[in-house]
Amino acid sequence: MRPAGVPRAGTPGAPDDGLFDPVTPSYVALDVEIPSDVRQIEPIVALVTEHCKSLHLPKRQCSLNIPVALSEALSNAIISGNNEDPRKHVRLRATVSDRALVFDIVDEGNGFDMAAVSHDPTTSQYVGREDGRGVFLMHKLMDRVQQFREPQHVVRMTLNR
Amino acid sequence: MSFTLKKQGDVVVVDVEGQLIVGNRQELKQKVLDDLEKGERKFLIDFAQTGYIDSSGLGVLVSLSKKIREHGGELRLADLNDDLQTLFELTKLDTLFQISETRERALEGF
Repeated sequence: MRPAGVPRAGTPGAPDDGLFDPVTPSYVALDVEIPSDVRQIEPIVALVTEHCKSLHLPKRQCSLNIPVALSEALSNAIISGNNEDPRKHVRLRATVSDRALVFDIVDEGNGFDMAAVSHDPTTSQYVGREDGRGVFLMHKLMDRVQQFREPQHVVRMTLNR
Repeated sequence: MSFTLKKQGDVVVVDVEGQLIVGNRQELKQKVLDDLEKGERKFLIDFAQTGYIDSSGLGVLVSLSKKIREHGGELRLADLNDDLQTLFELTKLDTLFQISETRERALEGF
């Protein structure tokens, strides 16, 4: 089953992210679906990065924050959400306003409980481990990371401008 | 994106062109492990032509560093741009690796 629409940030029925309001105009800059294949991540991140450059964001947001955080979220959606099932898709929608960029990443599974990933990978106990840095980086590189499960599994990342 | 391995003295220098991410990390890992299997012990990964690295890419570097050490070798890193330097500092991986500003400095005394 392909994912149906997700309420747009700042519209009725959308999860309240506290950043959008009816008087802050926003528009959907990108709304795409990709197959559950990790090789699809790089080209879609490149596409988003190009869009970001046209928004005149600080260079680092386009070269570090967005590409890395988006790669992590898409990777989680493809691997943990959709179990890399080629019949399933991941939807990415980017909404832009004067105040923020909001990325909704929607998969067709249940994802994983990001709140349960509570360890700090920078501690001496974990720093030598191969895994466990993805969610940490999403939080470090974005201003807000949220997870919704109804009606579909959505990870929403907000980067203030 | 591509990985080029060249021998410079007794050091295998790996150039990472493009991104080091979940979609290609295994390719880098396999290439380095193949050389390790052949008897190479000194490895330098040069990021001068690298865009960004995700957590999977960072994880592969940690994994390779461990495996190389287990074989009595060493992995060094060089030429991180400001973004990559920030990434290593955020994750504290700058404390785990020997990171040099340039390839030449990394090769000194290797």
